[in-house]
Parts: sequence; structure tokens; C-alpha cells
Amino acid sequence: MIRDALDGRRIGVTGATGFLGTAVVERLLRSVPGCEIVLLVRPGRTSDVARRAAREIFRNDAFDRLRSELGAAFDDEISRRVTVVAGDVGADGLGLSDDDRATFTGCDAVIHSAATVSFDSPLDAAVEVNLLGPSRLAAVLGAADAPAHLVAVSTCYVAANHRGAAPERLLPGSPYFPDVDWRDEVAAARRARADAEAASRDPERLAAFRKQARAELGAAGTPLLASRTERERQQWVADRLVEAGRARARSLGWPDVYSFTKALGEVALLEQRAGVPLTILRPSIIESALAEPHPGWIRGFRMTDPVIIAYARGLLREFPGIPEGIVDVIPVDLVAAAICAATADALAAPADPAGGPAVYQVASGAANPLRYRRLVDLGRDYFTANPLYDEHGQPIVVPEWSFPGRGRVQGQLQRARTALERAERLLATLPLRGRQADWSARIEDKREEADRALGYVEIYGSYAETEAVFGVDRLLGLWDRIEPADREAFAFDPRTIDWHHYVHDVHMPAVVRSARVKTTPGGRRSTPREERLRAAVLAPDRHLAAFDLENTLIASNVVESYSWLATRRLPTDRRMRFVLKTLAEAPGLLALDRRDRGDFLRHFYRRYEGAPVEQLHEDAAELFSRLVLTKSFPAGFRRVREHRALGHRTILITGALDFLVEPLRPLFDDIVCARMGVAGGRYTGELDQVPPTGEARAIVLADYAAAEGLRLEEAVAYADSASDLPMLEAVGFPVAVNPETRLSAIARKRGWLVEQWTKAPGGPRPLLPIPREPHASMRP
Amino acid sequence: MTAPRRARRPGLVLETDRSTPPMLFHHGEGFRLERLPVGSRVIYPPEPVEPLPDPDEAIRQALLHPIDSDPLPALLHPGMKLTIAFDDISLPLPKMRRPDIRQRVIEAVLDLAAEAGVDDVHLIAALALHRRMTEAELRHCLGDRIYDAFAPHGLLYNFDAEDPENLVHLGTTDRGEEVEISKRAAESDLLVYVNINLVAMDGGWKSTATGLASYRSLRHHHNVHTLQHTRSLMDLRRSALHQSNWRMGEVLRKAGVRIFQIETTLNNDTFPAPFDMLQKREWEWTARDRATYIATEAALRRAPRRLVRSIFHGIEAPHQMTSVQAGEVEAVHARTLEHVHAQQLVHVEGQTDVLTLGLPYICPYNVNSVMNPILVMCTGLGYFFNLYRNKPLVREGGVLIMSHPTPWEFHPVHHPSYIDFFEQVLAETTDPAEIEAKYEQAYATDEWYIHLYRTSYAYHGVHPFYMWYWGAHALEHLGGVIVVGGDPRAVRRLGFKPASTLRDALEMAEDVVGRDPSVTHLHAPPLLLAEVT
Repeated sequence: MIRDALDGRRIGVTGATGFLGTAVVERLLRSVPGCEIVLLVRPGRTSDVARRAAREIFRNDAFDRLRSELGAAFDDEISRRVTVVAGDVGADGLGLSDDDRATFTGCDAVIHSAATVSFDSPLDAAVEVNLLGPSRLAAVLGAADAPAHLVAVSTCYVAANHRGAAPERLLPGSPYFPDVDWRDEVAAARRARADAEAASRDPERLAAFRKQARAELGAAGTPLLASRTERERQQWVADRLVEAGRARARSLGWPDVYSFTKALGEVALLEQRAGVPLTILRPSIIESALAEPHPGWIRGFRMTDPVIIAYARGLLREFPGIPEGIVDVIPVDLVAAAICAATADALAAPADPAGGPAVYQVASGAANPLRYRRLVDLGRDYFTANPLYDEHGQPIVVPEWSFPGRGRVQGQLQRARTALERAERLLATLPLRGRQADWSARIEDKREEADRALGYVEIYGSYAETEAVFGVDRLLGLWDRIEPADREAFAFDPRTIDWHHYVHDVHMPAVVRSARVKTTPGGRRSTPREERLRAAVLAPDRHLAAFDLENTLIASNVVESYSWLATRRLPTDRRMRFVLKTLAEAPGLLALDRRDRGDFLRHFYRRYEGAPVEQLHEDAAELFSRLVLTKSFPAGFRRVREHRALGHRTILITGALDFLVEPLRPLFDDIVCARMGVAGGRYTGELDQVPPTGEARAIVLADYAAAEGLRLEEAVAYADSASDLPMLEAVGFPVAVNPETRLSAIARKRGWLVEQWTKAPGGPRPLLPIPREPHASMRP
Repeated sequence: MTAPRRARRPGLVLETDRSTPPMLFHHGEGFRLERLPVGSRVIYPPEPVEPLPDPDEAIRQALLHPIDSDPLPALLHPGMKLTIAFDDISLPLPKMRRPDIRQRVIEAVLDLAAEAGVDDVHLIAALALHRRMTEAELRHCLGDRIYDAFAPHGLLYNFDAEDPENLVHLGTTDRGEEVEISKRAAESDLLVYVNINLVAMDGGWKSTATGLASYRSLRHHHNVHTLQHTRSLMDLRRSALHQSNWRMGEVLRKAGVRIFQIETTLNNDTFPAPFDMLQKREWEWTARDRATYIATEAALRRAPRRLVRSIFHGIEAPHQMTSVQAGEVEAVHARTLEHVHAQQLVHVEGQTDVLTLGLPYICPYNVNSVMNPILVMCTGLGYFFNLYRNKPLVREGGVLIMSHPTPWEFHPVHHPSYIDFFEQVLAETTDPAEIEAKYEQAYATDEWYIHLYRTSYAYHGVHPFYMWYWGAHALEHLGGVIVVGGDPRAVRRLGFKPASTLRDALEMAEDVVGRDPSVTHLHAPPLLLAEVT
């Protein structure tokens, strides 16, 4: 029946890049050889839709089976049977071109599975796609002479607020549907966006965003701070809308914005469908495939996956839920098969059946319930037998859950997060770098973990507390109607699921695989990430390595060099006085340096005004051995040399003065540094040009690469501070060396290589940056 | 020409019994008292030789009555080019109290030169590939008068083995060994070399052929093959290294380089108070010595590491001159060796299964610096193991146990190439031949190391290789090396086994040499030279 009914038909699919959409397309292509498919794909920012479809749909491992069945003919088969049109369900008229509209409306049936499935989408985005999307689609289809049959994929959780049996019936008029007008909700959502956008531009808020950006990036330069500030603003607007969506959904009894907008979407569609024949299909929680195209097939990180992994990693000490409640999970292949069957059924008997459009719920709860306690037990058994391993290669013992109330779990997590936040704020104010900065990054990790756990509890908690039982009578009726011949290729009977088998042999392994977590014991069995990153940095393909100097290659700074040089020819008592004076100035200098590196250097270098050039050069040579090399990081110097040995160009870009870095010249191919003007054999104390710091440093590097015909994507940059972000972001392979707190956090988030380089253990550690013995000219 | 003076008391080989007190082991910047198994042998150095009563007069006499040479005044004339080369800070150990011997000798030479109207004089620190000496070190070694008279005019300087302008190739030996030394020294009308002969290895042709030579020349004898055939470094007759230097000396002679060699010897009065009990025999320690030891040891253990290091490196030895001879290189050196032997030689009968050593805080290459793990290896296997004539103290396949904290520490200014050698080379292999074949060239010609050697205070890039080669003979000879009380990571990187106590180490040694091994402890420093029959 299914194959016959769909044979020779043209079927439209939206949301084919999603988890369910991909499964549907795959099933149609593999199991209904006689049908054609039209995909409505949203154009990407850069690639056209055909390329997007090829990359995001047909390259997925769902098609491995079909690919191996067809061999070389696979691509031909796809291009013969699949047409891709560019369109967006978030836009009126779907944004279709005339040709594409003709192609799309020429379909016999359209399966609408496009949705924003995230439970914490901003309200307006969810409204545009989930609420208005189906109606827009119906409007386009209804304009055609013979409207295609619309199979709208919704969700069982449109009835999530219900306790007890939730049968397969339309929402309007059902006892659990609140009396709200979807038009008002659309208007309110759009207004909420406008209000949030306006509120976010309030001067005080903008100042706060800027402050936040500066706290995260430090003196990273104007363009970076500006773009970060804008990102903060956008994030703030998005957060407001997420909150607005969650609040509105909860106020009406839905667990989240997803089920809320889906429910109103159904209602709107029924009102707006204008003669388009309709079937509504509501799956419950879709998870990995039971058998088709292969057991455990999953796309992306699904709803329960992060919770499962967080549990397996021991991060979720508790999770709320009703132990005897039903977790309504349904494997994706059952849903795809049910969609095919419902579509075939509708095409075979085109008129709406009596009582309006057909509604099917594809769920397991009523026919083959999986209780929450059982799921947790199965999960614990699985991860006890197949534990994940921590970074030391030790197996992680999964926690025992006691099924507390949601409030208690949230309270615990909230308290932990508050404590961690406080610690984080405290550490951020301390001038830490290297390993200490690492602690603070670790605390930030922990806080983010707590954040995430809290998020899971907030978002998914209600799914473990759902007490609605989704009826599947109509679905089973459909199952009874299909011919035995189709039952094997289109199995969707939820009663056949063996939960032990599904959890242990199919789903958990699939989740663990897709999460790419550590599943083998031993500390360093596989190449650790750091070594991989290091190998990438030292690969022969790289061709340029740029280095910062202070705190990247030496643990010293311009103030120390100055103190050393300024005191070398002073008698001992005056040297001590000088040091005390400089120490007293230190906090002010540090603050200026934090605000703007370039200003600091300009300000500080004025002190060299009138210094005799020749004498300074002579003293600088001695300073090199006494201070610079003493405070050098041998591993850093070795890295420079490794790059050179590999044939990479090495360049030192530093705000230090030319005569100070001169002795380092043989280490590098090129040096860009600060230079002071000279008049009458003495320094003027004024810089010849902008010192290479912050953005200037990124520009210097870009100019250098351009002049030398080198590509920044193949370049490596080493630096220690957030003020170096412009340079680090400019290259393909950034390396954070002994990063201070902010850079440490950024590097961890972005997966950059972090090197902890230290001074030679056992080397001299002068307490003060002054020469130990007075210069010969100062001898009595 | 008097016969060498005798030590106050000769060296001694003690066999331990139940009443023998625990033995002192040097242990880097600290000490250990270890009880040796009953029946072990302990080799004590002879006590210090009586010094020359009037060193300045002795020097004057040596210059006026040299061996196989005209007196120095006869070699000096106005308008001549005179170069005075002198041993660098690697000698003596520990550094001696001012005035340093070199200051005494060079002042005497300069007086004669002034009397003769010589005004073209250069003073060169003959440091080969060692690090340059700092101003303070030069002042300590030559005195302020010489320093202030010469250094500001660029007439007192460190030898630079990487300055092609100031090197000259003088020819090759009959074995094809190239001789390239300081151009100034080679082209002077007279080269006066001022030496300190702390051990038998120093002096002779090695002074000039090594001290003033470049890598091009040094590689012919500073290599694994030569050092594996140098048995020992302290035995001129059986040292391939010295034979090569002597062949090079022949080339120098033929090339017309006129050398007036001045060699000096020191007694082994090594440690000043409060460390003077270190050169006493334990059973002769007085109550006061014992108290001093306990107090010192406790204080060192509690004091910060840096303070301890500066205390040790501040030690200035009271050693005094026991002889000075001048004139023709080989004749002078023969006489010098007699004096060295008079101070250091101890007769030892038969080899041992296990040799124990307590390594001190210092070796020739970490003066005012850090004794890094590579130098620990060199001190134990290169120097102390080689303190023998005739046969090694430890039998072939025997075990060397040495006590040293072996910290994973390096001086970033003095030993940059050591750090990389330790991190890159030793992480790969500890086999001297493989290291030489695979890595030496790259380190020796590395621009950055050369830059640091020439302009900063770094040992040459190839120097850590030489340290490793120095131990090549011992590595070949020994069945195992155990380090007591060392940083286990650093010890393993060296290819040795770490042990936390001497007892553990002795048990581990039994796995190699069998049950109830014979044990011999070399009670040094003060240094001695074992004549093993």
C-alpha cells in the first residue's frame, strides 16, 4: 500500500537538514524507489541550496546504507529524483522564486518537518517558524489549483500540560487547550522583540555591555571591544526573548516555548489552511534509530543526549522527575515510517476523513511505556558496565539518583553556581597568569557546568515530570491497515520496542559515540588534544610564527628593563631609593597598562628622555645576560628555533625598545619593535611611530604577511594577554602562552593551544630589577 | 730544582669494621653521613702538601731559571708582541682566595715585560668553548690592578672561538687533525701560558691546543671515540685525548709558535672553616667537628635553596701553591705531574665491584652557576670515575653509586644549550655515539648558541655533548649507575637508576654484580688519584 500509493508521486519535504527530515528523505529514497522528492532548503549565508543539501543532507551517514546499495549510481539517483528549491518557512510566501514555487506546489504531498526544536529558542523565532510556518506553507500550497496534501509534523507535547490520557484529537475545543488567540501571541512576540531591541540600546545598558566586554577581553583594542560589545547586546536581547518565551509558555501550562508555539501553530494551521488537505502527526521525544537506516543512527546532539552525557560524566548528581512517570521516547525510524504511512494513506484516500484532518501521535507511552525509574536504572547499569573515563584515565562512577523534587535540585545547583560565580569574580580581579590563571579558568568551567546542569533541569525537568499519556489508537489503526508487505520496510509499531535492548545496545552507545567522550581507560592512550594542537602548530605547512616578547618569551617587562638600565650607573644608596620610588608607582603604571598598552608605553618611555644613546646600547648588552636571559623561558626560545628549523618565518612583534631586543635578533628572521627618536646622541623619549601593541600588532603582522606573500591562515601567533587578541584572532593557529585570566578563559573556550612556559628551574631569581654590582664607573 | 714536597700524611685505604663511624658523602649543596657495609674500603686523599713559603719568590725564580728554555727576560724585547693566556674559571675548584695564583704569576711576567720595554701585551682567558668570564670573575682571578690597566683598552679579553677574524689554521697533525687557535696567540713573538694544574689532566700541550682552540680543532679529540680510548683522562700515557693534544703541540711547534709555559700546582687544602672537617678523617673528628657538622647540616637543610647555593658558591678555598715551573711545555709538564702526584696519588690494590662517590656542589663548568643533571653525569662519570691510573677503581661491569640531589635545574644564561640537550637529545637517547652522530653538528653550528657564547655568558652549543662524551669511557665500562637521593625524573632522563638510600642502592647493585659485592668509597674531594694495581 505505502509503496504503491507513493509510487510516481512527487513529495515535498521541509526541514530535511534536521534529524527527522533526514530520516524521512532517506526512507523515501531507499524504500520508495518510484517517488520523487522536492526539498525546501533555507539558503545558507554563503552556499547555495543545492550545495547545502549535498553537504548537510546526503553526506550524512544516514545515507551510507543507500550509498552502499547503489554504489556509483548513488549520485545519479539523487540528482534524478531530488530537486532542491530555496525557501524559508520563516518568510511569507516562503521566499520562493516563481519557478521554485511552481516546482514546490506541483508536489502531491508536502511533509512539513521544519521547526526550531530547541526548547529555549527566543520567543519571536519560535513564533515565526513553529507557529506561523505551517500556515505560510498552507497558504503557498492553497494557492495552487490542486493543493498538495500537507503532512504537518507537530509534537505530542502540545498536550503536555494534561494529566492522564491525551488522545489523538485536534486541539481546538479539547479540554486542555487554553483559550488564547494565536494572532495576539504573534503580535506580542514581535513587540517583545522590538521592545528588547529598544531597551538594549539604552545608554546605561550599552555602557554595561561595554564594561562586560572589557572585563572579558581587557585592553584588546577598539574594534574587538566594539564587536564584543555588540555581541553582548545581541545576547542580552536573545536572553530576554528566551525568558519571555519560557514565561509565556509556562503561564499557559506548556513546559516550554517549543510545545507552546507548536500547539498554536496547529490551531493557526487549522484556521488558515484554506482547503489544503491536512494530516497532523505528533511524535513524542525522538531519539536514535532502532533499526533503520542502521541501529543507533542519530543526527546532532539530541534532547536527552546532553543530560545522559552529563549524567555519565558524573556532573548531574541529581535530576528531578517522577520515578513512575513515563518518559515518552520514540526512535526516529518509527516516526519516519509513520510519516510515510500517513502520507500514503492520505494520498490513497484524498478527502479529509469525517471529523476533520487526521491526527496521529507517534509515541510509546500508551502502548509500551518506559517508566522514568526504569530508564535511570538502565542508564546506570549501562554506564556502570561501560563507564566514561576522566582526563586521568580513571573510570567515572555514575551517581545514584533519588528522584527529588525539581525545586530541591534547582536550589542545590543554584547555590553551587552562586558560590562559583563569587570565586570567579574574585579571581578575575587578581593579576594571575599561567597555572594560576588556569585555576580560574577551571572554576569558570565548573560554573559553566553548573549552569548547564541548571539549564537541563529547567528545560528538561518537566519532560521527566509529564503525566500526560499520549494515546496511539489511530496510529495502531493505521498500522493494522497497512499491508504486511510494507510492515517490514515501514515498521512503526511502538509495542515492538524492547526497552532494555534499545537503551543498552542502541541508544546509549549512539549517544556516547556522537558525544565523542573518553571511553577508554589510561591517562594518555590516545593523542591528547594538546599534543595534537602542538603538532598542528609545528606542522611543515605553517609558514609564519609571530611572537610576543613579555611574558611570552621572557618573564620581564619594560618597567624592569628601565629600572635596571636607570640604576646601573647609580651608587648603591641611590639605587635603593630609585627602586622604592618605582615600586610606589607600580599600581598606577599597572592600571594604565590595563587600560591601554599603547598609551602606557608612550607615557612610560618618556622617562628615557635625554638618555645617552651609546651608553644605553652598551648597558643593554649587559642587561641581556643579567636580566633578559635570566628571566627567559627556555621552552619558548626552543619553540622559536623549532619553527625556524622547520623553515617557518619567525617574527618578534613587541612594544619593547629596539636596543633592548637587539640581542635577540639572531633568534628571529625579523623583529618589529618600538623606536625612540634621537637628537644629539640622546634619546628624545618620544616614539617614532605607533608602538606595535594591540590592534597595531595585528596590523603589523597582516602587513608583514602580505608583503612576504604569506597567509595568515597558516600562521601561528604566541602571546600572553587579552590585549594580544587582535593578533591571535588574525592567525589560523593562535597559542596562548602563560595566559592571564581573561586570555586563559578565552583560549579554553576556543580550543586554542595553551603553553605553560617557565623560567629555567634553578636559575638566578634577582629580587629586584637592579644590577647586583655597581658599574665600574661607580667603584670607589 | 727541589724534589716535590711530601704530604703531611699520605693517602690511606681504610677497611671498615664495626667501629668505623659513618662516612661523609658530599651531596651537592649538602652532605650525607652513610654507614658503609663492614669490610668496605675507603680511599682517603693524602693530607695537604706544605706550600711554598714564598710563592712570589718561587715564581720569580721559575721565570729566571726556566726548564729547557732561556730565562723569560731574555725572550722579551721592545716592539715585540706578547700574549699572556691563562686558565679560566674552571680552575681551581673551589675558586681560591685572593690573590689568585694567576694574578701572582701574571704580575711577575708583566713586571719583567715592563722592565724589557714590551708594550704590546694582550691578556686572553683561554676558555675554548667555555662561557666568557664576567668582569667580577676576571677581577677575582687577575686582581683589580691588571684588570683596570688592560680591560678598558680591550687588551684583556675572553678568547672567542667563533671569531673567524681572530683564528688561524696552523696545519694538521700526521693523523689529519686540524690545528686552529687564537690568531693573536699564534702570531705573537711569545705566548706565555699561565696554568693551574689542579688535576693531572690539566696543562701541557692541552693548555694551548685546547684552551685557545676552536671547534674545528677541538672536535678531533673531544669526541666519543677518543674519549672511549682515554683510560684515563688523568693518565697522560694512556689518554688518547692527550696524545691528540700532544700531536697538535707538535704542529704548533713546527708552525713556529713560541710558548713559554708556566705551570703551577696547588695543595689540596680545599675547604675553609666551617667546612674544614670535610677534609678530616671521620674517626679523627673532634667533638667540635661533630657539633659543627650537625649544626651545618641542619642549617643547610632548613635554609632556602638559593641561600644555600650562594653559601657554597661563596666558598673560597685556602689552597696554596706547592710548585711553579716554567719553560718548555713538555719538560715543564713532566715536572708538574710529579708535584700533582705527590699531592694526590694513593695506591689501591685491586678493583672493586661497587664504587661509591659523594658528588660535591661544584665541577669545572658550574662555577657561580648551577650543577645541572648533565654536569652531575660528567662529574661522576667523566671526572671522579677517571681519577685513576693503570686500572679503573671499579671493575668492568661493576656499578657506580653516586650521591647527588641531581635537581632538574639549569642556569638559563650559562647553560642554554644544556637545557635543550636535556629536553631534546637525552629524551631520545643516552648513547654517546648516537648522540654524536645525530645531534652534535646541529648544536655545534647553531647560530643562536654561537651568538650567546660570543655575546653573553653561555657555554658553546656543543659543550653539553663534550660533557656527555667525557663519561663515554665510564658508560662503556660500567654495568650500571645508581644515583642516591637524586630527583628520580632527572636521574632516569640521564639513563641512570634512582635510589633513595645508599642501602637501597647497594641492594640494587647486587642485581648487577652479584651478592656480597666488594665496595669501595672514594672519599673525595679533596681530590686524589688512585694508582690501582
